[in-house]
Order: sequence, then C-alpha cells, then structure tokens
Amino acid sequence: MTRLSVLKTYKIYIGGQFPRTESGRYYSPLDAAGKPLANVCLSSRKDLRNAVVAARKAFGGWSERAAFNRGQILYRIAEMLEGRRSQFVEELMLQGSSEKAANQEVDLSIDRLVYYSGWTDKYQQIFSAVNPVASSHFNFSVLEPMGVVGVVAPQNSSLIGLVSTIIPIVAGGNTVVVLASEKLPLCAVTFAEVLQTSDVPGGIINILTGTEKELIEQFGSHMDINAVLYAGDTAENYKTLQVLAADSVKRIVKFKLNPSDETAENPYLIQDFQEVKTTWHPIENIGGSSSNY
Amino acid sequence: MSTKQKDIQIPDFRFTPTIDKVGVEERVARIQTRSIKGESKIQGMKMVLNMIDLTTLEGKDTPGKVKQMCYKAQHLHEAYPDCPTVAAVCVYPSMVKIAKEALGNSNVKVASVSTAFPSGQAPREVKIMDTKFAVEQGADEIDMVISRGKFLSGEYNFVFDEIAAIKEACGKARLKVILETGELVTLDNVRKASEIAMYAGADFIKTSTGKIQPAATMQVTYVMLMAIKDYFNKTGIMIGMKPAGGISTSKLALHNLLMVKETLGENWLDNHWFRFGASSLANDVLMQLMKSKTGVYQSGDYFSLD
Repeated sequence: MTRLSVLKTYKIYIGGQFPRTESGRYYSPLDAAGKPLANVCLSSRKDLRNAVVAARKAFGGWSERAAFNRGQILYRIAEMLEGRRSQFVEELMLQGSSEKAANQEVDLSIDRLVYYSGWTDKYQQIFSAVNPVASSHFNFSVLEPMGVVGVVAPQNSSLIGLVSTIIPIVAGGNTVVVLASEKLPLCAVTFAEVLQTSDVPGGIINILTGTEKELIEQFGSHMDINAVLYAGDTAENYKTLQVLAADSVKRIVKFKLNPSDETAENPYLIQDFQEVKTTWHPIENIGGSSSNY
Repeated sequence: MSTKQKDIQIPDFRFTPTIDKVGVEERVARIQTRSIKGESKIQGMKMVLNMIDLTTLEGKDTPGKVKQMCYKAQHLHEAYPDCPTVAAVCVYPSMVKIAKEALGNSNVKVASVSTAFPSGQAPREVKIMDTKFAVEQGADEIDMVISRGKFLSGEYNFVFDEIAAIKEACGKARLKVILETGELVTLDNVRKASEIAMYAGADFIKTSTGKIQPAATMQVTYVMLMAIKDYFNKTGIMIGMKPAGGISTSKLALHNLLMVKETLGENWLDNHWFRFGASSLANDVLMQLMKSKTGVYQSGDYFSLD
C-alpha cells in the first residue's frame, strides 16, 4: 500500500506557542515553477494585537536579564539551527535557491547569530559615555532597550533576511513582532520551531505570516509598538508607516542593507533600537571649580 | 432576619439539588463562543465599568494607595467623554474611613471585607466586632467570608447562624457573602453554600476572595446564578451576584454579562444586582473603549497604573 506523506501545517508563533491565525484564513505562496508550496496562515490584525500583548508581557523579563545570559540564549539558537540545517536547506531549495546558495544562506544565518550573541554584553561599553559637564555632576549616558519592536522582514529573503533584522533588536533587550516575507515564508515558521526548542522564553520573538498590505497600518498605528524596522521594498508602505507612527511617536527605521552582505552585521543595528538615558549624579567637589567628570 | 424572610420555609440543606457538571460546562462553552460586536459591545463595556468594585486588598495597602484608587474610581479615564464611574471600591476595614472621605459625596460606594478576611479563621465575636467596626467607619457594603472548614465538615447550621449573625451586625449595610468556591471543591458544594447564604440573609453572593485559585470561573458563576434564580422563583426575593478574581479581560466580562442576562434576565443588569470584583479589569475595558473610539490599538502606557 502506498503511504500518503504527512504535510506540515505552517502556523504562526505567538507567545511561545503555535496558534493558527485567529481569522482562519490561509494563502498559498508559489514556487518558481508556479506550484503551491504550502498553505500558510494569513494573519489578521487581531493576530498582530495578540502578538504585541505577548511581546509586551515578555519585555520586562527579557530586558532585565543579564546581558551575558541573553548572549548565551542567542548562541543556543545558533546551535539548534545548526542541528536542523538540512531542513532549512531543503526549504530554501523548495523556494528557488540552488543547493550551494541554500547551504551558504544557512551557514551565514548561524554565523550571524553567533556574531550577535557576542555583542549582547559589549555594545553597552561601545555606545555609552561619560560626559564632561561644567558643574559638580557625574554625568553619564547609557543605552536602554525601547520595548516592543515591530519588524517587516525583507521580501526577497527567507532566512537570512529574517535573522539579520530581528536578532540585533533582540540582542539589545527588545522583544519583537515580525511579519515574515510574504513570498518566502517557509523558513520563518521553521525558525520559530528552532526558537521554541532553544531556551528563548515565549513572547520574545513572535512571528506572523501574511501580507504587508493588510498589516502595515496596524504596525504603524498600534500605540503599544515602540518602534518599527521596515525592510520591505514598497515605498508607499514605508510612507504609511511614517505617517501613522506620528500619534504614538514611534521610531521608524528603514533597513537598507543587503542581508547576505557582510555589512549587514554590525552593532549599529543594535543601537538603532536603543534609547539613550542620561543621568546627572551630584558629586562632592570641595574647593574645585571644574569637574573632572 | 427581615420580616419578609421570617415567613420563608428554610429547606434542609442536605437535600439541595446536585449539579450536572458536564451540562454546566457545555452551557458555559456555548456562551463563550458568542461574539459581541459594535454598538452592543460599547454599551456592554460601559455597563461593565459601572459594575466594577475596584479592589485593593493587600497587606501593603497604605492610605495613599487607597486615596489614589478612590480618585481613579471617580475619574476612570479623562480622555474618554461620558465615562461612567465604577460601582464601589473594596478595601480592608482599616481603610474604610479614608476611602469614605476620599469619595466624598460621589455615588461610588465603599465596600469593606470583614470577618477575618480572607481565611475567616476567627471566633464569631471577633468577626462581629470586625463587621461592626467597618460599618461604624462608614462602609456601605460588607463582604464577609464563610467558614469553609465548618462547611466542608458538614456543619451547615454553624455556617448559617454565622451569616445570620453578621447580617444582623451589618445594620443598613448590604451584605455580600464570599463562598470562596476555589476551596469548596465541587459544584454541588457551591450550590449548597449559595443556598445557605441566601436563606441566611445575604444580599449578594460572591465567588471568591481573589486570594485562591481558581477564582471566578464561568462554571461557578453559572451555578450561583442558577441558585439565585431558583431562590427568586421560590421566594420572590432578588439576590445580587458578584464574581471576583480572575476576570481581567473585557471579553470575559462581556461573557459574564451575557450569562447574567440569559439566566436571570435584564433586571439583574444593574450595579445594584451585579458586580465584578476586579483590579485590572477596568484598564482593559478602557483600552477597548478607546480602541473603538480611535480605531487604534492602545498601550497601557497611556492609562493609570492601578
């Protein structure tokens, strides 16, 4: 008797769980030959709302975690990704990559995770400062994570685009709600499975699949999203984001790099989603007129 | 006991009806599939706000915190026009006077827990003194706890007499009787305790103290609502209902309202007969109301903390 193979249900990832979209809808992205790849959740604005709630809840714990421990957890993601590389290679090839390109993309994604896991307890030293002031104060500026960051992942990349955009944000202590590539969503869902098995607490990274068109306004207007990274390629959507962000004074950043390029890994991508907190601390300064910091 | 209640035949509580647990679960599940939208949702949420007993029952309560909560009770969210006030604030007896002063002559009532809340493990004289103290301080409502230990060991008369004694000590204040359903184990016990409380003179029956999990589940609330209905059919006396603890989303609150309307009817859809004991529910409802007004999902950053 022939056996029917069991196909995977591509579900979304919210708060460490894999619900189906609340709307019950799906879409079928096509492969290069025009054949449907899989049925993927078409997320609604309510899914986005649920994801933001989960991300907000997770933010306190994640941002207060020791920086070193955040690095350990990111490193663990890299380890788990390595263990499932064949699955990612297969999915990348299904979505039109050559075997060589697929292997390179997985390698690069793993390396990038390791790269940012190293940065979690170092970017603070690089970007913080002790500031010279003309009074008896010890004045210093430090970075603090912004909160919940929305990400619209690059359209033309399935895995490396996702990793390159979300990992620096998470490394900096933020939590993320990401909309995966509409055309190439498969690796995003599989990446969620990697996250779930690699010590990442639920809600830190929430992954939705669906269309930019439907969700872009919600990313812009939601009062509880503190910043958005736009890595899509639709100028109109980017403009919509900027206009709607005005109400909640949200920071909107455009991701202009090619994720496969080595320039797409640098600590400035962490800094993009940090607030600078400056503290004036009174100090004793007997008899002196100037401050030596 | 009031003159009206003197004529009522008190049943033998050993023979209260037993509960079909599966049936209750199915009924509740069906109510939970219902979706309330648009105008009705907004109307429902305003009603929910107006039924909330804004509660703080912690060892670390201070006069400052109580005053701040009383301010919130009267001014839920200035950015929302025509926002109703909550029904009452619920505090410990030692905070009643402070709450009363802070509320002034607004129509927000002061409810006080009493009878050695939350455990109820104290002699009757102490419980009566506790209650009298709260009433003297100005409490409009008293939330008492039943002696669950006595109830579970079958001493129903003890529980009955105790409630009756506290009712007497309440004077004009309305009495809410907390069954603490999380400790009663079965729905049969919930039904029995509800009947004891109502026949002994409760004006309200209330699910929980909020200190024990599970608290106000829909199943438990449904059983208590049915007990109120049967009592009303027998005696013609309306009893209020207050689910407390664990109701923190507006969706759940709306489902509770729906359940009240379908079990007891519209007469109970009023804060004289139905309350929510909650501390974080108000903010969730306000955020939903602002969402429907502005069309934009809201952030807790723009609402008061407690």
